[in-house]
Amino acid sequence: MTETITFFKTLTPTGYLFLALTALTLLSAISVVTARNPIYSVLGLIATFFCLSGHYILLNAQFLAAVNIIVYAGAIMVLFLFTIMFLNLRKEDEESKTNLTKMASVVVGGILMVMLITIFRAKSAQVPVVNATTFDAKTGLVENLGNLLYSDYILPFELASVLFLVAMVGAVMLGKREAGDRHF
Amino acid sequence: MDLTILSAKGIIILAVFGITLLIAMYSTYAERKVAAFLQDRIGPNRAGPWGLLQPVADAGKMFFKEDFIPSQASKWLFILGPCLAILTALMSSAVIPFGDTIRFSWDSKNYEVAVQAIEINIGVLYIFGVVSLGVYGIMVGGWASNNKFSLLGAIRAASQNISYEIALGLSLIAILMMTGSLSLRAIIDEQASFFEWNVFTQPLGFIIFLTCAFAECNRTPFDLPECETELVGGYHTEYSSMKLGFYLFSEYINMFVSSAFISALYFGGFHYPFMDLVGGALENSLGAVAGHNVATLIGVVVFFAKIFFFIFFFMWVRWTLPRFRYDQLMNLGWKTFIPLSILNVVITGAGLLFNFKYSTWLIAIVMIVLAVMSSARAPKRTVVPQQTV
Repeated sequence: MTETITFFKTLTPTGYLFLALTALTLLSAISVVTARNPIYSVLGLIATFFCLSGHYILLNAQFLAAVNIIVYAGAIMVLFLFTIMFLNLRKEDEESKTNLTKMASVVVGGILMVMLITIFRAKSAQVPVVNATTFDAKTGLVENLGNLLYSDYILPFELASVLFLVAMVGAVMLGKREAGDRHF
Repeated sequence: MDLTILSAKGIIILAVFGITLLIAMYSTYAERKVAAFLQDRIGPNRAGPWGLLQPVADAGKMFFKEDFIPSQASKWLFILGPCLAILTALMSSAVIPFGDTIRFSWDSKNYEVAVQAIEINIGVLYIFGVVSLGVYGIMVGGWASNNKFSLLGAIRAASQNISYEIALGLSLIAILMMTGSLSLRAIIDEQASFFEWNVFTQPLGFIIFLTCAFAECNRTPFDLPECETELVGGYHTEYSSMKLGFYLFSEYINMFVSSAFISALYFGGFHYPFMDLVGGALENSLGAVAGHNVATLIGVVVFFAKIFFFIFFFMWVRWTLPRFRYDQLMNLGWKTFIPLSILNVVITGAGLLFNFKYSTWLIAIVMIVLAVMSSARAPKRTVVPQQTV
């Protein structure tokens, strides 16, 4: 008990902020899974994205935080909400709640957890401690990120954009109305 | 940070907040006056001199009306909807630079504070993020009402906002390429001389941005989410009392913020022609501190004049143009604006390679020529002589 009290006394304001933000993140992430209504789930997921953006800001990555909000909370989740609003929510969808799907989701989730634990426990993946005196305050800002993306990581960056282009062309192909299709 | 700078910043933040609310409040009055002027009527003139107390009377009426929540509605989301709408609307004015700096000395130290609530180096992204969140208020409220008309309004709002955000962002990218910074202050400082205002270097981007701003604010001719001929009241059909008031109010705040954003991005913000001469003369005659402050004040007044012009422009368009049909709206967004803005980005990049800033006039000239040609080739409308009875 005294250990926890001394631990809380030694924390910096940033530490308190981190703890509060983490609690919020976990709460909203749990509410995504436990909510009965899909709309509440989506709103919980949006709250989770906001908390993650807060974590990015604490890690000095302003650009990443803003882009996370614009892309995930602002565009993708709007589309999610859009789709869910079209579904008939009054009827209970029994098909997605069979024992098989529950087993499958447990297995997938368990594998993901094992993977994450092994990654974080690996010696080579330990995050190096930042030296406060030599730390460059501009590390996570746009200019540095842009320079890195267009010099060291140019090939993965361009490959990822080609991947997006392929996905977009595929979406247009699927959405195209063919000659005999009926009009809605 | 210094406590003096913090308190100065606090005063500026409070002032920005208050001015935003005040301008939004009087925009409702101005809207009715402009509508009256355009339709040859008088407009509100009973409450106070020239009807100036009309917004106060309206707000009082809104507060005292019955606050009704439909029995089948999802209660908390029904309340959350207008909260989100007004929250996102009020958040966006935080990063707009309203003026240059103010100099003052306190406790025998000299300070220089920028007239801006917060200066962050990703100001453009911040506004873009807040704008993209604005649709949640409408969607959540429309869905929670448990009314088919509200749901249709919410869905229209969502698809319209997503479609026009893309063109909005792409037209912004051309400006970011020219400035090389995401900070709004840096973008304004780039436009110090009159002929380098972005409206002259990016004429096409300006038109795309302006139209997309109309669509993002749900203003006529893009006000399909609240189209009363088809959807009763659109997403706010079930709302009453101040909840409805918040939805309507957030629209006016969004209008103010978009006007400020347009003037900052394309019309040089607080810059005006011969600004250096005026500033220099003032500093010579009044001293470095007082002269600089007066010059800043003139800049702020000029910025607000630009903002008021654009608010008027929003109203002018509303009472002049009819509404689009929904498929026309989607075709305009996806098949016209997105290709045009991508072309704009490419041509701007090509121009920047050769250090030529005015390259996008090429597209503008080609478009004008095409428009003239197509109107010349269009079949002439023959005037049928009226038959006298």
